[in-house]
Amino acid sequence: MPSKSRNDIVAPTRAAKPRAVKTNVHLPFFGCSVSCGFPSPADDYIEKKLDLNEYLIDKPAATFFVRVSGDSMIGAGIHPDDLLIVDRSKEPKNKSIVLAIVNGDFTVKRYMCRGGKIILKAENPAHADIAIVDGMQFEVVGVCTNVIHNLK
Amino acid sequence: MHKCHPQSQVSPAHSPCVASAPTSAQDASHISNAMPAPDASSISNLAPTPIFALVDGNSFYCSCERVFNPSLINQPVIVLSNNDGCVISRTDEAKAIGIKMGDPLHLIGDIIRRHRVRVYSSNYALYGDMSARMMTTLAQFTPELEVYSIDEAFLSLDGFANRDLADYAREIRRVVRRDTGIPTAIGIGPTKVLAKVANRAAKKNKRSGGVLNLCDRAAQDSVLAEFAAADVWGIGARSAAKLARMGVTTALQLRDADVDAVQKLLTIVGRRIVLELRGQSCLALEMVQEDRKQIVSSKSFGRPVYTLDDLKEAVANYVTRACEKLRRQKSACHTLSVFVQTNRFKDGPQYYNSGTITFGAGTASTVRMIAATSGVLETIFRDGIEYKKAGVILSDLRPAIAVEFSLFDDQRQHSQDIKAMKVMDAINARMGRDTLKVGACGNASANTSASSGAANTPAPAWTMKAAMRTPCYTTRWQDLLQVG
Repeated sequence: MPSKSRNDIVAPTRAAKPRAVKTNVHLPFFGCSVSCGFPSPADDYIEKKLDLNEYLIDKPAATFFVRVSGDSMIGAGIHPDDLLIVDRSKEPKNKSIVLAIVNGDFTVKRYMCRGGKIILKAENPAHADIAIVDGMQFEVVGVCTNVIHNLK
Repeated sequence: MHKCHPQSQVSPAHSPCVASAPTSAQDASHISNAMPAPDASSISNLAPTPIFALVDGNSFYCSCERVFNPSLINQPVIVLSNNDGCVISRTDEAKAIGIKMGDPLHLIGDIIRRHRVRVYSSNYALYGDMSARMMTTLAQFTPELEVYSIDEAFLSLDGFANRDLADYAREIRRVVRRDTGIPTAIGIGPTKVLAKVANRAAKKNKRSGGVLNLCDRAAQDSVLAEFAAADVWGIGARSAAKLARMGVTTALQLRDADVDAVQKLLTIVGRRIVLELRGQSCLALEMVQEDRKQIVSSKSFGRPVYTLDDLKEAVANYVTRACEKLRRQKSACHTLSVFVQTNRFKDGPQYYNSGTITFGAGTASTVRMIAATSGVLETIFRDGIEYKKAGVILSDLRPAIAVEFSLFDDQRQHSQDIKAMKVMDAINARMGRDTLKVGACGNASANTSASSGAANTPAPAWTMKAAMRTPCYTTRWQDLLQVG
């Protein structure tokens, strides 16, 4: 009946397993400690593959990656160009690092909640904290669960 | 959702209504047409009454844009169809200032400037990913879900009758909004058609909180009385006109109309709609979609195309997309048609032509099919024509495992083709679409946009216009949202 056309290109047709985050990278896991000398014959024995997604992501459908652009959170180990993993399904607790919207802009800050007052705290003395007051557009988008920092 | 369409349209193998009409359609013929309609529970005393919820994303494409750009919240926003042609999604704010679905961009320039409407090209990579997230989230709430379109899903709530359904729906809305950022509306009813009505009414009624439960007879009566028959799912403009001649203009009148008379007017489809409005479920949840019987990939060009080479390159890209779909559903194609056409609405020489090739043994090889289409294009191409659109239609699709060979078919070539395509699909699945492609497709990406990173090479004439496309925030590393 509904000739109201189906949108074919993108609609996930198999309802069962829409995959939200497609970043499966399988790395072999060696079931022994690393020695720098002559390799043990047992090293040939590969146990299983490890999936970083499994380690870093609880809920793929609610998880988003964002790129850090400033240094306001450097004290928390979050550097410019780092990758942040944000889980929208998690409720922030006091001191969680969150991705929030304040007056139309995204910001990453530490969520401080004391006596009903919310302060978004920067982890860099050069940046001011943001006190949330009535009349501000404010929303916690999600909790930052991990930071991926490239050591190169 | 919005019906103005994207890249490749695929003719639906079946529309849900024509498709599975289980027992009740036949059963219903035994039921007298006495009015008022019998209560749903008195009919099906064998199985418990089903409960459907229809969940859909509000202004879905615009909502996806808002998730990644909070400055769009509370602002009028519109998203345009391919080639930045017409409006295919608009927010409530855009509706309020008079922008309609399907409005061509060039006719609403004034409103856009006056109200500072934010205008975007469609970003299907983003919408597709957000849709998958929404559907995954919805799947947590029901054992059975039918993805009906990019932004709509039917959920079976059969086992939930003892719960407060409206409460449950509010919880679904809250979690979808929280996990994906997409606002939704939810309609609940004993049939799909009533769930659709409920969904639409929930959106219209600001006090509903985005949720409406129409399982209750009294609620059905009052909502259907206010609901236009033309807005009922499956009633098109022509059917609505026929019904109006019969004096039926509201959904309530349609429900209480003589079911045989409606069937005479609107065929079995009309009968099912009436029965569904009465609470008798005729349309079941379709969890697995049938494979397509035909795959069409066609598009209007961003700019007019004049040369055979450009045409070949464009068509090679359409073939690539179509073959990907073909292999995904594990089919092989036996008949391939190519068509080219001019712009009917423009002065100048008009030309439409097409050519068809049949493959003795079915194939799903992009390479073979591109070679075939190039041959066809050479025969139908005419010089001095301004081409507006081209496309391919793959038909006579059969299961790939059952390909039959004649004495003259090269079986070895066939199995080599299959291997090559497997490698190509695997690489593209891993490294991104079009990482590996047939040389005939040219160098540029089919959907060039200002933000797409790989915009070093100038776009060929045939690529789509997408001047205001946002980054692919969720599917490309280089497009991730930047936050400070």
